[in-house]
Amino acid sequence: MKRPGRLIAELVTVVIAAVVAFPLYWMVLTALKPADEVISADPRPWTLAPTLDSFTRALTVQSFGRYFVNSLVVALIVVVLSLLMSFLAATALTRFRFRGRTTMLIMLLVVQMVPVEALTVPLFFMMRSVGDTLPLFGLNHLGSLVLVHLAFSMPFAIWMLRGFVAAVPVELEEAATLDGASRFRFLWQVLFPLVAPGLVATSVLAFIHAWNDFLFAKTFIISAAENQTLPLALQVFIKPDQNDWGAIMAGSTLMTIPVLVFFVLVQRRLVSGLAGAVKG
Amino acid sequence: MARGDGRTAFAYLTPALLVLGGLMAYPIYQLVLISLFDYGQEQVSGGAPLVFLGLGNYAELLGDKQFWTVLWQTAGFAGTCVVGTLVVGAALAVLSTRVRPWARTLLFLAALGAWATPAVAGSTIWLFLFDANFGLVNEILGSTGFSWTFDRWTAFGLVAAQVVWCSFPFVMVTLYAGIRAIPQEVIEAAALDGASTVRTARSVMLPLLRPLILVVTIQSIIWDFKVFTQIYVMTSGGGIAGRNLVLNVYAYQQAFAASEYGLGATIGVVMTALLLLITIGYLRALRKSGEEL
Repeated sequence: MKRPGRLIAELVTVVIAAVVAFPLYWMVLTALKPADEVISADPRPWTLAPTLDSFTRALTVQSFGRYFVNSLVVALIVVVLSLLMSFLAATALTRFRFRGRTTMLIMLLVVQMVPVEALTVPLFFMMRSVGDTLPLFGLNHLGSLVLVHLAFSMPFAIWMLRGFVAAVPVELEEAATLDGASRFRFLWQVLFPLVAPGLVATSVLAFIHAWNDFLFAKTFIISAAENQTLPLALQVFIKPDQNDWGAIMAGSTLMTIPVLVFFVLVQRRLVSGLAGAVKG
Repeated sequence: MARGDGRTAFAYLTPALLVLGGLMAYPIYQLVLISLFDYGQEQVSGGAPLVFLGLGNYAELLGDKQFWTVLWQTAGFAGTCVVGTLVVGAALAVLSTRVRPWARTLLFLAALGAWATPAVAGSTIWLFLFDANFGLVNEILGSTGFSWTFDRWTAFGLVAAQVVWCSFPFVMVTLYAGIRAIPQEVIEAAALDGASTVRTARSVMLPLLRPLILVVTIQSIIWDFKVFTQIYVMTSGGGIAGRNLVLNVYAYQQAFAASEYGLGATIGVVMTALLLLITIGYLRALRKSGEEL
């Protein structure tokens, strides 16, 4: 490409990057502005008196910290459990031939297309009756959220891991068996580390799914405010007439940072994982 | 196949099957079942007996003018979001291949940030930017006091812009990876044969990218048809007098706000059927055009 053309393309790229990043800049800036500047009728794109007041308000007044921990606990349990179950299922579906295997694969694809939001009503009733015998997994408890997110992140996780498991040569398994490794050992000491990139990509998606959920937290956690998760907690600051924008933006910042860190850390693997899933 | 393989495979599958059966298959069955009953607050509280309506809920829904409005709104809104996401994502993917790494990195970092922002956080940021009194956008446009979320179309536009903002990065990154995976020799050969840039893009690159485009399109359709959080947060539950309802939020409002669980489930069934139809139709059209999956 000729030089002037490339320079124009680069200029356009920089402008677009700035536009795309701007809402995030505005979020952090607002979170750092003193209260009177936030609700100024003449908003300025900078501040000369940055303060952590909004963060303090978000974290203390509405026990944001508690919600943060709740979200983290749910997301981490979902990641670990869905990883283990999906890995086992993907292994079964790729390395074994058995009746009903193709049907199961097709079912997994179909299930991914079901709008999970449509299942809110039956799941609500289900969690209500589960709560009668196992309160921990019923309404108003974090267990109910773990269960639904586990179910919703698994079909895609299995589908994605399938490609990675299939890429491990059969000869490796034969060699391991000849060396006297049990099936169990091969599974955890050979196969598991080899599909690590797939596991990383899968866990990021499962984490984000659980971390971002608004609908199910809103539906299931009705009266137990102490078991609420972050997305719902943010709503606490939205009031008719007098939104506390500083605290909302501080809360949004706190909520975005973990995902952002996660994304940046695994960025390359995520892209290769997506590409792998597409190829598989 | 060694003896006992089937049993091992089954053992590996059991945990996943239990969870998926219990929390996906069974609820789907229940959804259809609930949609056949008059399921209101009295039934939920345990007092009143269930009344079997058969397709009564469906008849009521299809006869309701609001349902049709919401249905067209959903289709229009989702369609706009899909087209916007694909156009922006594809254009920026191509742009990324034309610039030096430093500019590309800058764009990818910004996109990564938008991608990583949780829907609730993203929605509130955009709400604040477009706030009637304290928002930057009104300040710049000199339209202080103008409410973007009051009017039906500006509200939908605002939500659609937010949806495109947080979903184009997926399309951009995937297509960029796809373009990069095309062997340079193929493009050079086309150039040697005298093909113009446009011709090369259309006749060489596009066919190679088609499977990838298929994937991102289906993903976008499925995502955008089910947008819930953005609509719910940005229009406070579907707009004034439900002007900004989409099927998803409509179903939720019917079930949990109006305590019409049977009707809510019916909308859920309709939505599921629609999404399955769209996906199947799209896949078939592609297979007809000789595409392999």
